[in-house]
Amino acid sequence: MVPVECYFVLSALLFFIGVYGFVTRRNLIAMLISVELVLNAVDINFAAINRLLYPNGMEGMFMTLFVIGVAAAESAVAIAIIINVYRNFHSDNVDSITNLKG
Amino acid sequence: MIYELSFLILLLPLLSFIVLGLAGMKMQHKTAGLIGTCSLGLITILSYWTAFEYFTADRVNGIYQTIVPYNFTWLPLGNLHFDMGILLDPISVMMLIVISTVSFMVHIYSFGYMHGEKGFQRYYAFLSLFTMSMLGLVLATNIFQMYMFWELVGVSSYLLIGFYYPLKPAIAASKKAFIVTRFADMFFLVGILTFGYFTDSFSFSFAGDIVMGQGTTPFIEGNMSKAVAAGACIIPTALTLMFIGGAGKSAMFPLHIWLPDAMEGPTPVSALIHAATMVVAGVFQIARMFPLWIQYAPEAMSIVVWVGVFTAFYAAAVACAQSDIKRVLAFSTISQIAFMMVALGVSLPGHHGAFLDNHAQLGYMAGMFHLFTHAMFKACLFLGAGCIIHAVHSNEMALMGGLRKYMPITNATFLISCLAIAGIPFFSGFSSKDEIITACFAYSPVVGWIMTGIAAMTAFYMFRLYYGIFWGTENVEAHEHHTPHEAPLTMTIPLIVLSVITLGVGIYTTLAGFLGWGGSFGSFVSAAGTDYTIHFDTQIAATSTIIAILSICLATYIYKGESQPIADRLYKTFPKLHRAAYKRFYQDEIWQFVTHRIIFRCISTPIAWFDRHVVDGTFNFMAWGANEGGESLRSWQSGDVRQYAVWFITGSVALTLILLCI
Repeated sequence: MVPVECYFVLSALLFFIGVYGFVTRRNLIAMLISVELVLNAVDINFAAINRLLYPNGMEGMFMTLFVIGVAAAESAVAIAIIINVYRNFHSDNVDSITNLKG
Repeated sequence: MIYELSFLILLLPLLSFIVLGLAGMKMQHKTAGLIGTCSLGLITILSYWTAFEYFTADRVNGIYQTIVPYNFTWLPLGNLHFDMGILLDPISVMMLIVISTVSFMVHIYSFGYMHGEKGFQRYYAFLSLFTMSMLGLVLATNIFQMYMFWELVGVSSYLLIGFYYPLKPAIAASKKAFIVTRFADMFFLVGILTFGYFTDSFSFSFAGDIVMGQGTTPFIEGNMSKAVAAGACIIPTALTLMFIGGAGKSAMFPLHIWLPDAMEGPTPVSALIHAATMVVAGVFQIARMFPLWIQYAPEAMSIVVWVGVFTAFYAAAVACAQSDIKRVLAFSTISQIAFMMVALGVSLPGHHGAFLDNHAQLGYMAGMFHLFTHAMFKACLFLGAGCIIHAVHSNEMALMGGLRKYMPITNATFLISCLAIAGIPFFSGFSSKDEIITACFAYSPVVGWIMTGIAAMTAFYMFRLYYGIFWGTENVEAHEHHTPHEAPLTMTIPLIVLSVITLGVGIYTTLAGFLGWGGSFGSFVSAAGTDYTIHFDTQIAATSTIIAILSICLATYIYKGESQPIADRLYKTFPKLHRAAYKRFYQDEIWQFVTHRIIFRCISTPIAWFDRHVVDGTFNFMAWGANEGGESLRSWQSGDVRQYAVWFITGSVALTLILLCI
């Protein structure tokens, strides 16, 4: 039986790796992957806490599935945007998109 | 019915103004002039017809009825409402005749005088505008409508004084006239609003609001309760404020300063606007408000009297020293209008307690009569002066002298008008001025003697002017260089017509006054609308005639000869007095001092400073703050997504921590 703290540590690690990646990476795809990591960290949290606090309930699990669905849609949109950015700027570097700079 | 056609009296000049104003520049001079003159001819015919119908209509209880052919509510405001309409009563019909006659004469005269002038069509357009506004002023059914036309008259006066707009003095004079009269009109407006606010009415008397078609008689006992509710001093205050407006328009001291300068305009304009019609608007206004004055503000009438007496004296004194012929006439106009003001002011209810006894009637009637006769002879004098200026190309008396042999018609008509203004029997001025002096004596012997003295001064300065132009030393040098000639027919015919009116009215009214005939001026226009028969007071008539003849003799003695030793000696003995009178007793300088040094410097400059620095400063500071804030915020919008993410995460963490701590 894996203790529940391990799940939390894993989730926290994933979350901060995701944030770190999002902030430090310049590649749009890498940033998207980092966002996915953050989402997965949340999913693990949902599942673990559901199991820990309400063993008979399934709400946390449903929420996890729901987040996975939304994440799929989100990555589809994001990839579409990235492709368009690439077409327009001939680059997948986030620093090249500064047209809206004040 | 002629009364139903009375709207044409206002519509025709308006149409003529619009046509000439919009299409005039594409027309020949002659066409434009003909359009203006023909429309005015029609108006004259209509006015005479209206007057004939009105004065031959039956009186009710011996009183001419006030007829209101048109009246509609233009702007209802609760109990108050602004009406527009046409009102016919003895004085407005009398004014119709005066305005249309003089205006028609001026239109004809201008053909000759303005011949070949640039802007001829514009000139006729403005004349039409003026005629329309002046007629509207006298036909107004209520104070507010009168005020609107009053301002229109001011505008047309401004436009016509500044007709020669390339010339600097003309622009300055037009601005001066407009600003001074507007300043006075502000008081008029305050008076109207005070009156309207407290009495719920803009009508000329408390006889109630005028109902279409069924007019009211003058001097009906009004709605006293309104006046009582308004408080004892409200109506006198309102009327006095309105009088200040009237004093501005009628050039009463100290608001007279614009009129002499207004002579920069074309001479026919001076004859029409600044001698015969517009400047008597103030007198007309008091006559219009007369029911209110006499019922509610008899004490305030003494203001009118003393302002009038002082102005008459002051203007007569200044007129004795002017060298520009139009300025002499301008000051004489001021003096004569002051005579009318005094006449209205002295017509208080009698001491016998009667509401309107003969004495009160006399002053009112005399004032209106003088308005009528003065309009005719003063227009004639101004038009004559126009002929002279046309002939010698100057306003200065020094360049004239001995013109009688060159200009016989002008000479004769000018002489007739001078005799009329001097008050010689059988000339129109005699009858009216004599009635004014009689009314003054009945009011107070002091006023009576002062006015007699001023009448003597009038005779003196008018004959000084006459001899200075037509006799005296001829400026041979100037005349050889450019021989003066009689004016063309278009210019002399109006002179003849006006002097014939002066003479005819004079002969008839003088005879009627001495022999007690009816049908004189008093039969048509009197305070109560009744038939008032003029009887001269033989003693006063004889005294004033003798004094007038004496001062004419004095003027003849001093100014007729080739050389003028007495005038020169007087000039040398009292150089300061002459200089002061020539400079109009420094009135312009005083106004200049008061406005520039005191008002501009001590009041306007601090207010301007406050406006510029405090009011503007507040708003500028707010704008500056928003601008600076935007400038400092815009650098946050870096376009760097990762930086946004850092901010976002920092913010979320901070928020989470705050929520956890709470």
